[in-house]
Amino acid sequence: MADIIATNETILVVGGGISGMTAALEAAEYGKQVILVEKEAGVGGRVSKLYKYFPKLCHPTCGQEINQRRIKMNPNVRLMTMTEVTEVSGEEGNYSVTLKTSPRYVNNNCTACGDCANAVEAEFDDEMNYGLGKRKGAYLPSRMSFPQQYVLDPRIIGTPDANAAKEACKYDAIDLDMQEESTSITVGAIVWATGWQPYDANKIQPYGYDRFDNVITSVEFERLMDPHGPTGGKLLRPSDGKEAKNIAFIQCAGSRDRNHLKHCSRICCMASLKQTTYVRERYGDDGKSTIYYIDIRAIDRIDNFFQNVKADETVTFIKSKVANIVENKENKNPVLRGVNTEGYDRYENEHDLVVLAVGMQPSVPAGDFPMNVVVNEHGFIEEDESNGGIFAAGCSADALDVNRAVQSATASALRAIQVVNRVAGTEG
Amino acid sequence: MADEMKIGAYICKGCGIGERLDTAQMAQIATRDAKAAIAKEHEFLCNADGIKMIQDDIDNEGVNRVAIIGCSRRAKVEAFNFKDVAITRGNIREGVIWVRPDTDEARETTQDMADDYVRMAVIEAKFCKPPTPNEETAYNRHVLVVGGGVTGMTAAVEIAKAGYSATIVEKTGALGGAAAKSWKRIPQKSPYADPEDTGVADLIKFIEDSDKITVHLNSTLTKTSGAPGRFSADITAESGSTTTENFGAIVQASGYTEYDANQLPELGYGKSDNVVTQAELDAMALAADGGPIKTKDGKEVKSVAFVQCAGQRSDKEGHLNYCSGHCCSTSVKQAMYFKDQNPAIDTNVIYTDLRMPGAGGEDFYRSGQRKGVTFTKGCVTEVATGGSELEVKFKDLILNEDTSEKVDLVVLATGQVANSGLNIDEVGQDEPGEWKTNPESVLNLSYRQGKDIPQLTMGFNDSHFICFPYETRRTGIYTAGPVRRPMDMQQAMEDAVGAAMKAIQAVENAGKGRAAHPRAGDLSYPQFRREGCTQCKRCTVECPFGAIDEDEQRFPQFNEARCRRCGTCMGACPVRVISFENYSVDSVGQQIKNIDIPDEFEEKPRILALACENDAYPALDMAAMNRVEYSAFVRVVPVRCLGSVNLIWITDALNSGYDGAVLMGCKKGENYQCHFVKGSEMASVRMSKVDDTLQSLSLEPERVTTHEVAITDIERAPEIINEMAETIEKIGLSPFKF
Repeated sequence: MADIIATNETILVVGGGISGMTAALEAAEYGKQVILVEKEAGVGGRVSKLYKYFPKLCHPTCGQEINQRRIKMNPNVRLMTMTEVTEVSGEEGNYSVTLKTSPRYVNNNCTACGDCANAVEAEFDDEMNYGLGKRKGAYLPSRMSFPQQYVLDPRIIGTPDANAAKEACKYDAIDLDMQEESTSITVGAIVWATGWQPYDANKIQPYGYDRFDNVITSVEFERLMDPHGPTGGKLLRPSDGKEAKNIAFIQCAGSRDRNHLKHCSRICCMASLKQTTYVRERYGDDGKSTIYYIDIRAIDRIDNFFQNVKADETVTFIKSKVANIVENKENKNPVLRGVNTEGYDRYENEHDLVVLAVGMQPSVPAGDFPMNVVVNEHGFIEEDESNGGIFAAGCSADALDVNRAVQSATASALRAIQVVNRVAGTEG
Repeated sequence: MADEMKIGAYICKGCGIGERLDTAQMAQIATRDAKAAIAKEHEFLCNADGIKMIQDDIDNEGVNRVAIIGCSRRAKVEAFNFKDVAITRGNIREGVIWVRPDTDEARETTQDMADDYVRMAVIEAKFCKPPTPNEETAYNRHVLVVGGGVTGMTAAVEIAKAGYSATIVEKTGALGGAAAKSWKRIPQKSPYADPEDTGVADLIKFIEDSDKITVHLNSTLTKTSGAPGRFSADITAESGSTTTENFGAIVQASGYTEYDANQLPELGYGKSDNVVTQAELDAMALAADGGPIKTKDGKEVKSVAFVQCAGQRSDKEGHLNYCSGHCCSTSVKQAMYFKDQNPAIDTNVIYTDLRMPGAGGEDFYRSGQRKGVTFTKGCVTEVATGGSELEVKFKDLILNEDTSEKVDLVVLATGQVANSGLNIDEVGQDEPGEWKTNPESVLNLSYRQGKDIPQLTMGFNDSHFICFPYETRRTGIYTAGPVRRPMDMQQAMEDAVGAAMKAIQAVENAGKGRAAHPRAGDLSYPQFRREGCTQCKRCTVECPFGAIDEDEQRFPQFNEARCRRCGTCMGACPVRVISFENYSVDSVGQQIKNIDIPDEFEEKPRILALACENDAYPALDMAAMNRVEYSAFVRVVPVRCLGSVNLIWITDALNSGYDGAVLMGCKKGENYQCHFVKGSEMASVRMSKVDDTLQSLSLEPERVTTHEVAITDIERAPEIINEMAETIEKIGLSPFKF
């Protein structure tokens, strides 16, 4: 990593999740200058909050470690965290971009020793854990954080905590006077890789995510398994902290639904199948998983993962769109009601915990994208000549699993390179 | 390079190091024991002043090896970024003070630990050179594309658009592949409502107009040799004439063959002309060109059933045990061929799980419903061909009953079989000097390990890595499209763009002597001392990337541009003639040998831990961030891959008085997680032989253990170390303390 002056031969990558990191690194390892901007305090994005990937059941932090090392070692990549794009103008081969960088209140002197966090008292919901746990007002977002630098929550600025943090720091790394900064750069091409967010489960009223403690989302469930997560890797349910052993997974929670997201989010079937293996990992034959589904979309060669889960006697499949959930007031168990469409049997099933396989909502700024690009009705950027030198990567382009997102990001790196090679006149 | 080695050791006192450790003593050890020319302490080494201190010594004092004694090699990498010098790290923050209690009793052993990490960092610096690229680099902006279907054509077009040239080698007499035989394709744009033009004509036109793309039709590869930057391919035409061309990289887009429906007699294929495959239906539609689709005997089709998963997703002998991904959407597209022409035609798609993912998939499914396509969740058991009509017998999974339907035409969704050539696990390579072209092979590589790219599973040349889909295990050769994994046309086109990216990147890296992923940019490469070699072939067999060939005298022939710098060859070599400038048997071995081994009366055992730098080592770092304690008797050495661990390191350690050794690498086996594919597997095979060594030294077998450690194992990794410490307490110290 190094400081680089951007030119119209530079590629801007927006978003530092796995798609953005991949696009940036593929272009940089080819030899292009890349500016990688990330809104959060570190790279890694959505996948860094997953416990395991399907179908290999390997850990996303392993690939993240490789990608972070690639960034550290590559002088062609300049990473700007806590930074967002506010304006884009110009055309393919010559864009002017305005970036807004929020104050971190911590400079490069930070050694990540943790003294500031020890000095601060205020606690806030931990974003890394989707609010399931707390973190300090001075914090390292995760153990894998890159850059490995603490952040001060803006809510402690002006409070005694901020001064306590500053005093605790022996390395003059805390700068309470840091201000929001605006940077204008020129770039030749832009890769848009802002990823996705889990569909807001509160909007799926019949499932009571907002009313019942023991109805959680699939992304929250990932955090429960993580040894760095809020429960230290135990499947404890929110209402009473007891182990949840009989778990229901509801597919298409907010996807394939005219009232919510019309599209299929692609990943949720495999995600729930994977999560049944977590239940087995924790409890062996004592756990019980039930998947309520419309179609099981375990696509292509990873269908065998589905076959293996189907062969697991602790896992039951019920073809049904769950009608609603009520709560057993005595034990706070969620009770699922609906009709099993295979045979039309009514059911009323009680579980310890319900996991909503929430859909994937693209984080493409709908309606006010800073440039004229073609965004479809689902909120994904479509490939179109009129987009000029702006290319979508990963889940900005479609609902994709990690493997396909990385593939898409690799492709978008080439498209951006084609533009800047034309600018440089080196296309032949 | 005749450089006089000058090592500077720089000891940081920040982050509590200065309060916990005697850094003056450590500086003395650096110069006195480990022979650093300069040793300096600094209050805060990674700040501007500390960095300047080091840079000044490089500029003014001639320091060319820098040992940073402070935080982990994973921290502050950007700060300690000095050009043209070798840099090593002694991890006394995450590796010492954060894993040891701050108590009086612990002080001495904690200091011992830090002292040893000083010795190790300085010694490592002594045996590391800043790498310089090897001289065998070649730069060639010409990419070979194998296969002229949509995937291959797209790859060639994208390569040309980036300013490189491409040559397509196509086995048949025309470009276009399967797509050219289709009437329309699944839509690729919103509103994803109707089948659209295949786009084949546009691709062909671009290729014909481009001065950067050449095409060889009716041609195959009869021999491919070389390495990225200098591939040489024999392109042989049907007529027998061969031309040899040189390339910088290769994209393999050899596509798929439709599953042989003759293996499905129960579904009526071969018994009735009116049972067809999806490919055959598309050919019929192409012939009809928007008019009524007719059966072979000329009758207009009035009713059609699509049987999904025909011979797929099935354990039956001869069936495909996977889903081909595209068939649900393809059947909807084909049902629309009928509905768009005449809405009165009955179209029924019989499926178990309808798999049309993403934004486009769901929209297209809904469009099918709007057009009146029927979708039935059911399992087809038989297509009876006896009567005047076909009878499709199936179990309706919704009504839970056996039923049947009479139709004019049955379309079987039979799926994709990868054209991946030879399975090199089954078909070995010819002996050197006896090489022959194999007509079944796609690439006919002259590589020692076989003529085609290793298959991952089910015949596909896919990558095993979720994060890295273009890992083919043959550097500079990238597969794309349905040969990589089953997929539809849109995905294949996107895949082709990605593969084109990797291909031109390989061209550039090869030209500069830089490693490809995952050690991208590494300039070091395996250096081989031929005179010591015993031609045992372990390196050529074990290299996960098939980088090493054998010459006619059976000496290994290294192809640096194919190498990923994992060091598996170095670990394999029994006579230790393979090394890298910045990573060698000595750079690790001398660290191991140069720690201080207390005599047996001090009762301070020593444990060697060799940890994979990508997973086990970060796990230990993160354990340290959580202040998980582990034994002060361990000395941890990060290794590129467990595959690079040479048995001599273990033998030397035991001989010099270590009491135990733990090896921590990634998961091996079917779901391997080793990012160098086979490294941990190879290590485990080698370590199974360590028992002989232990026996010859009369040492207990439990003194050496090998473990699979994931990056999330922040509790288990320290536990492994502690368990070894307990084991030693039980069985006693090694007798080899001198």
